Amino acid sequence: MPDLTAPRADAAAGADTASAAYGGGGAPLLPGSSAGDLPRTASASGQRRGDRVFRSLSLGAGLLLLGVIVAIGVFLVYRALPALRDNTGSFLTDVGWDPNATPPAFGIVALAFGTVLSSVLALAMAFPVAMGVALFISHYAPRRFAGPLGYVVDLLAAVPSVVYGLWGIFFLNDRIKGLSAFLHDHLGFVPLFRADGIYGRSILLASVVLAIMILPIIASLSREVFLQVPAANQEAALALGATRWEMIRMAVLPFGKPGVIGATMLGLGRALGETIAVALVLSPAFLVSFHVLEPGKGNTIAANIALQFGEATATGRGALIASGLVLFAITLVVNVIARAVIYRRRDFAGGSA
Amino acid sequence: MTTAAPTLRRGTLPLLAVAAVAACALLVTVLLFALTPLAGVPGLVLVAATIFLAAQTALARRIEGSRRAKDRFVTALVSLAFLLALVPLFSVLGYTVQEGAARFDVEFFTRSLRSIGARDAGGGGYHAIIGTVEQVAITTLMSVPIGLLVAVYIVEYGRGRLAATIRFFVDVMTGIPSIVAGLFVLSFWILGLRQGFSGFAAGLALSVLMLPIIVRSSEEMLKLVPDSLREASFALGIPRWKTILRIVLPTALPGIVTGIMLAVARVTGETAPVLLTAFGAASINNSPFSGPQSSLPLMVFQQAGDAQETAVNRAWTAALTLILVVMVLNLLARLLTRRSRIGRQGSR
Amino acid sequence: MAKRIEAVDLDAYYGGFRAIEGVTLTIEPKSITALIGPSGCGKSTFLRTINRMHEVLPGARVTGQLLLDDEDVYGPGVDPVGVRRAIGMVFQRPNPFPTMSIYDNVVAGLRLNGVKKKGDLDDAAEQSLRSANLWNEVKDRLGKPGAGLSGGQQQRLCIARAVAVEPQVLLMDEPCSALDPISTLAIEDLMTELKDRYTIIIVTHNMQQAARVSDRTGFFTIDGPGTPGRLVEIDETPKIFSNPSEKRTEDYITGRFG
Repeated sequence: MPDLTAPRADAAAGADTASAAYGGGGAPLLPGSSAGDLPRTASASGQRRGDRVFRSLSLGAGLLLLGVIVAIGVFLVYRALPALRDNTGSFLTDVGWDPNATPPAFGIVALAFGTVLSSVLALAMAFPVAMGVALFISHYAPRRFAGPLGYVVDLLAAVPSVVYGLWGIFFLNDRIKGLSAFLHDHLGFVPLFRADGIYGRSILLASVVLAIMILPIIASLSREVFLQVPAANQEAALALGATRWEMIRMAVLPFGKPGVIGATMLGLGRALGETIAVALVLSPAFLVSFHVLEPGKGNTIAANIALQFGEATATGRGALIASGLVLFAITLVVNVIARAVIYRRRDFAGGSA
Repeated sequence: MTTAAPTLRRGTLPLLAVAAVAACALLVTVLLFALTPLAGVPGLVLVAATIFLAAQTALARRIEGSRRAKDRFVTALVSLAFLLALVPLFSVLGYTVQEGAARFDVEFFTRSLRSIGARDAGGGGYHAIIGTVEQVAITTLMSVPIGLLVAVYIVEYGRGRLAATIRFFVDVMTGIPSIVAGLFVLSFWILGLRQGFSGFAAGLALSVLMLPIIVRSSEEMLKLVPDSLREASFALGIPRWKTILRIVLPTALPGIVTGIMLAVARVTGETAPVLLTAFGAASINNSPFSGPQSSLPLMVFQQAGDAQETAVNRAWTAALTLILVVMVLNLLARLLTRRSRIGRQGSR
Repeated sequence: MAKRIEAVDLDAYYGGFRAIEGVTLTIEPKSITALIGPSGCGKSTFLRTINRMHEVLPGARVTGQLLLDDEDVYGPGVDPVGVRRAIGMVFQRPNPFPTMSIYDNVVAGLRLNGVKKKGDLDDAAEQSLRSANLWNEVKDRLGKPGAGLSGGQQQRLCIARAVAVEPQVLLMDEPCSALDPISTLAIEDLMTELKDRYTIIIVTHNMQQAARVSDRTGFFTIDGPGTPGRLVEIDETPKIFSNPSEKRTEDYITGRFG
């Protein structure tokens, strides 16, 4: 039976194809001891030294990489501690951010709140569209266009974030202002849409820009997962008399769920850490506010680092590093969970294949 | 359910009817916008799409039944989602070209911003281009060999828990925010070792971002090399490391190069880590090893922050230059993948 | 509710490649028809044209007529979804929905058709599982995943799923090729029981199986690589296996070819 997915597997894409992971390319081809069983030649010991050197080099590179991750945590903590010691406020519970003042007082609450709020809003906007895009490419578009269409969407991810930021302030801001006024006028009873008549450079604008930036990440990973749904499951649904949408609900979405969750978490991680686009579009303030339509109602950790770095004192830099440490911790947790979900799914897919 | 199904035939909405519904939806919306205070192209499209979806679903429900109506509804929704996703792409590209064209001149590519104030006309991004080229070159020189070695370890040598751990953390590392990479180099190299801002420091920070990308793409490519090639080489008594260097890596080379190009495109556009480690400068600094340097994305960020039309125009031109570089790298990588894939199929 | 199937000059294509050519045959209701022939002869393709599953593959299309009690399955205004509802299918490899329980698998088709009442679903599930000779083995674990059953049980689950919607025809595409001999026997017994209610068409590689279960047997073959598959002859099973009209059929049956 022809495999519906075969012509479209794209190993070059960032997504992990189960077949690549379990293709066994990395499996040991010869038992480690076999070299010793071979008849020794004059150069055998030299060759074995070569092997040992090369093996150590590659292992060293791998350990270096692990070391870098550990070092990131260690150095951020080390540099953040003096500032945290000088802090006259409470880092974990204060809303305000005045690390350059004497005495310095700063807390992470407003920044962490704004980071999470803008990212969650971005996710809420990007997720449905990304699912639509992924399904369109995997199950609706004519097969021969699927590759090029996927590539076009991937191009969204290639645009540098600073360009999104620039486009965000000079193009999108005016349009979001109009939308904001509309939302306030007609849906003002929703707490999120409260405002005093001034719009623009708001959390909403930042969220829309973030949504556009994470859309291709979620869409392309989900698309890969949807393309891996076994043809047998899809045919089972169709043969029962399911429409295309019913087939997708019965066979595609349940199979793709873990992968979609992983992809969404990766998108969330990206939104949480995005710096420059937010720094450009947002009018910052250290507040905990749900007024997402107005300027000066929030800030994010990453954007704040970029905006304050230039004028920061030594303590100010330490404070920014401390906030960066919080961001690192949050994104690390999100990413580890995302990867764990994706890895589990791969085991499942590999085991049943 | 035991009732006889007398016919297989069902009412079907002809394509013409769908087109008519679409035309009516558009007409109604235009009228609505003409007669009420509603305005704006995005709003118009949104309202028209909603009316179309509702009308088509209602009509399909009557003629084709609820299941097919739902199917039609989802099909329309999914197609609209795809079109919606294309809007920002073309908007960003189109607007950048439009705004960037004004200063896309010889002066931009030959002059720096030395003694050019925000309100001053003229000036250019030469210093930023130098910075970008040097920083990205340093990053690539550091990341590619190390990344390749890690990939070789994972695919060729690694087994058991350590290799799995490294692999997992490579993936996790791809998710580290770029600003955190910048803060790391700031804490370790600039504040810790007191090295000062420099293009090299930016290269270090960008390497933290590029390394995992190189590892992942190279790993995928090395895995595609058929085991039979390795076995043939081992059978000739060629040691493992020579097999890797002479057989495996050359076979995977086109794919690896593609991965490198995409990684280069990715780090070329990074702003935040460069800001924290090279700081930015208005003048030309040819040395990446001493003193602050600018880069194209950093120049976009800093010029855009000046809020003067002359500065913003320069920001747009720098953005246009940046997009051109990134898109060309992406397209080349895409073409290379296609060629190497055809080649691989041909040799099979 | 079993229906008669009639193919008239049916061609099926994969893109530009013609996979089967000029198939004309009649299949009577409440009978088992086996389709045999060498690999690539188009017998599975023909089976998939009956419930319009063929066109699911990109570039695949069909010309000619396929009548289900005189109504053309490929006629204008015919909804393939309705065709597939009326004609059930069991595949080569058991393919229960991996994320669904045994119960949910069986009633999946009914739910699609809007049956919502728990009582109706329960009754249908029990009845279908009994028809598939699976009820006694799974009645205590209906909530467990269908993927946890053995291969033979999974295939019977798939048969239960197909008959739950009370189709008029049941298509089986090498349903036993992935199963052990004991499971195969169970499925063959089941087919004989289901024959009273359904028109069954089975594609099989196994000539003994065709001889054991079917009333009539059709022989498909190809003249060479790249040529379309054709129906050589279709006749009463005993006749095909003892005294076929065509020399090519005899060669195949006696193992001189294929």
